[in-house]
Amino acid sequence: MSVDVESDTPLLWVLRDHFQLVGTKYGCGIAQCGACTVHLNGAAVRACTLPVSAVGTKAVTTIEGLSPDGQHPVQQAWNEVDVAQCGYCQAGQIMTAAALLAKTPKPTRAQIDNAMQANLCRCGTYHRIREAVERASEKMTKS
Amino acid sequence: MAMETLKPTRREFLKLAAAAGGGLVLGFHWGDSEATAMHVVTSEATTLNFNSYLSIGTDNIITIFSPNPELGQNIKTSFPMIVAEELDADWANVRVAQAALDTARFERQLTGGSGAIPHSWERLRKAGATARHMLVEAASAKWQVPSESLRTESGKVWHDASVRAATYGELAADARALPVPSEVKLKNKKDFKLIGQPVRNVDHPAIVSGKPLFGLDFYREGMLQAMIQRPPQFGSKIKSVDATAAKAMPGIVDVVQFKNNVAVVGKSTWQILKARKLLKIEYEAEGTLESTSDHDKLLKESLNAASATLRRKDGDVEAAFKSAAKVIVREYQCPFLPHNPLEPMNFFAHVQPDKVELVGPSQTPDMARNEVARLLGIAPDKITLELTRLGGGFGRRLKADYVLEAAELSSIIKAPVKVTWTREDDMMGGSYRPAVRYRFEAALDARGAMIGYKLRGVGINSGNPTREDNFPSGAVENLLIDSIEHKSAITTGAWRAPITNFLAFAEQSFLDEVAMEAGQDPVQFRLALLNQAKQKPTGSVKYDVDRMRAVIELAAIKGGWGSKRNLGFSVYFSHRSYVAQVAEVEKIDGKSVLKKIYVAADCGVVVNKLGALQQVRGGVVDGLGHAFYGNLTFKDGAAEQRNFNTFRLIRLKEVPEIDVHFVDNGIDPTGLGEPALPPTGAAVANAFFQATGKRWYEQPFVKQQGLEGVQLGAPW
Repeated sequence: MSVDVESDTPLLWVLRDHFQLVGTKYGCGIAQCGACTVHLNGAAVRACTLPVSAVGTKAVTTIEGLSPDGQHPVQQAWNEVDVAQCGYCQAGQIMTAAALLAKTPKPTRAQIDNAMQANLCRCGTYHRIREAVERASEKMTKS
Repeated sequence: MAMETLKPTRREFLKLAAAAGGGLVLGFHWGDSEATAMHVVTSEATTLNFNSYLSIGTDNIITIFSPNPELGQNIKTSFPMIVAEELDADWANVRVAQAALDTARFERQLTGGSGAIPHSWERLRKAGATARHMLVEAASAKWQVPSESLRTESGKVWHDASVRAATYGELAADARALPVPSEVKLKNKKDFKLIGQPVRNVDHPAIVSGKPLFGLDFYREGMLQAMIQRPPQFGSKIKSVDATAAKAMPGIVDVVQFKNNVAVVGKSTWQILKARKLLKIEYEAEGTLESTSDHDKLLKESLNAASATLRRKDGDVEAAFKSAAKVIVREYQCPFLPHNPLEPMNFFAHVQPDKVELVGPSQTPDMARNEVARLLGIAPDKITLELTRLGGGFGRRLKADYVLEAAELSSIIKAPVKVTWTREDDMMGGSYRPAVRYRFEAALDARGAMIGYKLRGVGINSGNPTREDNFPSGAVENLLIDSIEHKSAITTGAWRAPITNFLAFAEQSFLDEVAMEAGQDPVQFRLALLNQAKQKPTGSVKYDVDRMRAVIELAAIKGGWGSKRNLGFSVYFSHRSYVAQVAEVEKIDGKSVLKKIYVAADCGVVVNKLGALQQVRGGVVDGLGHAFYGNLTFKDGAAEQRNFNTFRLIRLKEVPEIDVHFVDNGIDPTGLGEPALPPTGAAVANAFFQATGKRWYEQPFVKQQGLEGVQLGAPW
């Protein structure tokens, strides 16, 4: 599958409109809310302001690709803690958390707060996000 | 906005391939058909319908339909739990399907007013109990044993005497053929097995794996997309439109004007966004273009107006104030607020001559359909509306404006179209929480008893900004409550816990001051008022004194009231439920840090412990965040904050611990979507007063002077 898009098209809209990978969400369009977080070579980036021409040969991982079956340790932790209310921001939260834990498997509370600070949750599920990141960290460092 | 960095004349295209070698390696997985198209389940052909809510498959899978819009209140899990409880279903075999709008099958298919569970509690229980009864009767006939000798558990009918059991799936066909009983016995609440347990959100695995669930995720082959340029200033209208440049942009199918809207229709979002910026639209004022400075002046002046709409009058308030030993007068004000659900407004519409298809997120699908029917001159029964999951609502999606736009556009362009709002569209295109100002007055006698109470509320498009029968009405002998509403071009609407989201702050901040002026403990002061309402009520008392007292006492115990420093108290009754809060501020290195909020909530029976806990926490976080930061101001009719860079929402680091306790009183559920929010602002402000000696009278709190050293969140 391939698509023709203008080079300034943000990765977000290529994913959503052209590949119909809609797990990556639009929330603000100005890299403030984090709902569009994806991984670029493993680092969390905002797809809403990243022109697709800047992707180059770097690997893009979306929430759909985080694990083949939705069973990445972060996803498992999210399910176990039952984090979501409306759920709209959670894919972005998970991608931010997964990038954090890949780099810092045992983050301190301050490191968790500083990383997850980048993602807004309008429902206010922040306590559970924190708890789920801690739980995912335990899973990833145990196995 | 991000779009401003564009060079619109640039026509450089990039070919992207999903596989390696095309310049872009996409790490997602193909071949997952679920990820490519949205599928809204509305019926199950292989199952037997028992009633509107419930069908049982011969494969023993039980499908429970959840009719109400799901926006994070977790109704899609808690509704089916209620049905499954009375059915004695095995929850592992229950599948939940979001029902489309169907007024023949369901009543009150809407989300608002914290009313879904209170309204549906009994009918959901009956739906489960009715099917259970029929399954028992089927087993009784099959085994030739009296139905009284049978029991149900975990999705089976059991005959203990002969050690026989049959699954509901095995019995479904026989049971379905039996007459539906008109009366069924419901369980005793003490026998509940599922209700009250922590049950995980049924959509959670789909949420965490990015499945298409939301309105914005709806795509259909051949559909067009559109964005609409609406007047940026409330009180203005279109004078002229030049769409030449926009129409010439790649991927743009059409530019259509209707009412004061200019819709750019195309094939992809980014092309539409770019083209929309090239529209040349002249607007002209058709009324006053209002600014926040005008509103501030108007609200202050209105508090002194000679006449107002009387809301409640008890006793002789003027005489009480004349005889008072002490009079306390305070004023409180809040700004407009946008709702900001994280999923912006959107809707899909396909209008055809003989039928209309609508798909998307709405809190009021029935109203939306009826309004579309009126707009298009089509009978409502020709219109279908499928509900997606809602990426938040907070009251914004009670209005059907964005559904009507999509329908009108589809009827003009004669094509299926999804209309999407940007965040800026959303924040500039209200319906906002109205700006309101209050003046409270209390008259104390020489012993410190509150013998007179006055409240005037003035607001902009606020309707009645008071709740004249709420506490402390009924507890004060001489009382006067009135209000004034100013009309404006700025559109307003219900915002989570309408009116009480700020009124509670004002009232509970005021009562805190009055208690101290009276030389009384704030908790004891409130309890004394409740005692007065119980023993010697004045006029009608429309809140439950005992329920309010119980949450006050529970919050005081849990929060360590009387044994700790820097605590703030607040209690509020809204939408049938009662919530009291104690906020605790801690002094750390000279800073005043909000450490913890203790919550006592009485919403009657808690259906889902896991969902209810988060509902309360979420409400507190919402109340806290907006009280501190939420501020929408206007200049010449236009909202000045248009995205999250200038409109601040609370973030993870800033939330205190929230310790939630539910009153277990066995009352039928009374709703929980909103009641935890209103008390938060005052509990927090009253606690910070204890720590800093400063009272806050306006929201957002960040507007106040002397906020140095006040901090949300742990100090790192």
